[in-house]
Amino acid sequence: MSNDNLSVISLVSIGEHPTSRRPRRAEQDARAIELGLKLVGNNLQTLHAGQVSDDPRQQTALRSYLGMGLAEINLLEMPEQADAILVLAEHLKQQNSDIILTGVRAESGESSGMLPYLLAEQLGMAMVTSVTDILSVDEVNKQAEVLQALPRGQRRKLKVDLPFVASVDMAAALPRQSAFGPAMRGQFEATLGGIFADQESPLWQTTDAKKRPKRLKIVKAKTAADRFKAATAKASGGGGKVVHGVEESAQAILDLLVEEGLV
Amino acid sequence: MSELFRRDPRAEWIARNRLHPLHQTLDSGPVFGPTGLLRKNPHIIGFIGPNGLKRIDRSGASNDTGQSTRRTAAAREVVLPLHQVAEPAFYIVVVLDLVSGRLNGHDKDTLGLAQQLANRNNGGGAVVAIAFGELKDDSLDKTGVDRLIHLDGQQYASYNPEQRCNDLQGIIAELVPQHILLPDSINGGGDLGRRLAAALELRPACGVWKLNDDTVICRGSAGKSDITRPLSKLLLVMEECCEPISETRHESILMPQQSSQFADGKLFDHGNISVDPNAIPLAEAGFILSGGNGINDWPQFHHTASVLGATEGASRVAVDDGNMPRERQVGATGTWVTAQVYIAVGISGAIQHMQGIAPCDKVVAINTDEGCDMVKRADLSAIGDSTEILTRLVELVEHRKQTINEGATNEQ
Ligand SMILES: Cc1cc2nc3c(=O)[nH]c(=O)nc-3n(C[C@H](O)[C@H](O)[C@H](O)COP(=O)(O)OP(=O)(O)OC[C@H]3O[C@@H](n4cnc5c(N)ncnc54)[C@H](O)[C@@H]3O)c2cc1C
Repeated sequence: MSNDNLSVISLVSIGEHPTSRRPRRAEQDARAIELGLKLVGNNLQTLHAGQVSDDPRQQTALRSYLGMGLAEINLLEMPEQADAILVLAEHLKQQNSDIILTGVRAESGESSGMLPYLLAEQLGMAMVTSVTDILSVDEVNKQAEVLQALPRGQRRKLKVDLPFVASVDMAAALPRQSAFGPAMRGQFEATLGGIFADQESPLWQTTDAKKRPKRLKIVKAKTAADRFKAATAKASGGGGKVVHGVEESAQAILDLLVEEGLV
Repeated sequence: MSELFRRDPRAEWIARNRLHPLHQTLDSGPVFGPTGLLRKNPHIIGFIGPNGLKRIDRSGASNDTGQSTRRTAAAREVVLPLHQVAEPAFYIVVVLDLVSGRLNGHDKDTLGLAQQLANRNNGGGAVVAIAFGELKDDSLDKTGVDRLIHLDGQQYASYNPEQRCNDLQGIIAELVPQHILLPDSINGGGDLGRRLAAALELRPACGVWKLNDDTVICRGSAGKSDITRPLSKLLLVMEECCEPISETRHESILMPQQSSQFADGKLFDHGNISVDPNAIPLAEAGFILSGGNGINDWPQFHHTASVLGATEGASRVAVDDGNMPRERQVGATGTWVTAQVYIAVGISGAIQHMQGIAPCDKVVAINTDEGCDMVKRADLSAIGDSTEILTRLVELVEHRKQTINEGATNEQ
């Protein structure tokens, strides 16, 4: 690949299954690794802030990234409740990496999605969110071309100055499967990270998500007759325009499409 | 009709004179009996129908003259009370998403929450809405905007979150708002809010869906848990976090503001790229051409979809007959779609199908049967044979594309 001199770091976290809540490979982080492997192949570096815990399920989750064909994951050891952002920022300041890949938001904890933004701010890098693909990297002009996911399946093309932080969207290419053998053979390279306690979050109360109440259709009718009508009327608007004839119909549809800006 | 209230002395005289032959027919307002009790006259309601029978219409739809004259006064357009904040004690800043220049539901909910924050504990706060780029909405006063800052210019037509974040920092330094609210959406609010949080070194509360006195409830763990935490300065709020404003009008006074000087942007927008419409998941697609049992020429249907650039959908019958793949089925047992424009070709509008298209904005029906349910739901119905209409539509669209292309080449 032509991007041999490029330094790409992908940050990985331990995911959480949406229903069983078991630790697993985080979906967005896996997509970030897939994108990184596409860009620089085996030169991709991977970084996780945390500990290799004694819990075998957490180890399996972390090892499943290794099973995607990585030789090693760099571990920044820190206590479980500490603030990962400062630890990561301190480490990454010495790395001079060109591209840092993350997920859009974590699958457990606060999952505010602030990590990539704070890293970009502290390292003075550009930040692109919801990336689905990195099309090309121009190392001479220090610019990369990326695709960003928009609502309704649309994509926007952006040029970003290197170095930058990119958070990878669910719409990016599916990650490859994790293979058992490489997952077991892969290594953890542990270094001791700093300890930055998170003062605020231990004071918060966390409970299982409650189902949000459905918004009621409030009828602000003054009379009983109006309320009755609102409760029983069919949802049909009834105000639709009807046109007959082939020529008129086609023209009317075209006019509507033009008005909505679709053709 | 004149809005002036006119007295009718003769009617008043008849109303006073209980022995007048017309007295019974006049409805002269509340009548109190000798003991002071309210008396209702059951004989004066209703009207005499065409066959001489008395009819009482409780739906209120009848327009017998006696009642309608009185109703005109009541049915006049209600002018909502104006909420004024002459000298704001503090500010609440809301940054609007403004998808294609208009407020969406998420923006309105955010403004509703902002008004709640501005008016709690004796109130006195003003909600400042910040709009970037084109602003087409003229109902800002009815959605709870006390003050408006509108930054417009060429640079806001494209994606420039760095410039916007820089502008916001300036505005916030000037106004020193108590709270800053943004919709936590993929339409820009989520991105901009997090940028702002990083720049201001504030810890935002993300995914806020409820406000209780001095705490907020946020969705954490990607939607699996609820976190109750103290109210923070910067809030990224979810949709339906609060009821939108509907009972007051607000001043929406424009506060003049210049966009800040910002030159070292690192992101450059190169516009949207064209995506294959059929690669877009049906539930997300914005423009769907859907075919049903009334399609006789399927190759032509596919051709039309590709010319229009529409995502293809189908009714269950079309899928069962093997004309379309199963994942294209729209409706109760298929996909629930949210398209901006949905064209239903030869679909009768069975309830199972209608359920799936309920959130669609504009529905167009092409059908031979004018009485079918799809025509009743549609905003535009074309009555005629589907094959002929689609053929003509394709011709028109291709013609239009050609003239636009020619126009573009002539300009060069
Ligand atoms: C449990 C259950 C679940 C279901 N779920 C779904 C679902 O998810 N989605 C779904 O779509 N259906 C569903 N159905 C089926 C649904 O009830 C209807 O049978 C189906 O939607 C009808 O499809 P249609 O409108 O294409 O066909 P039809 O009802 O046959 O309508 C054809 C229409 O085309 C018009 N037409 C005929 N010839 C032409 C022509 N040449 N040009 C123009 N118009 C023409 C006719 O006037 C008619 O209005 C479900 C049914 C059940 C029982």
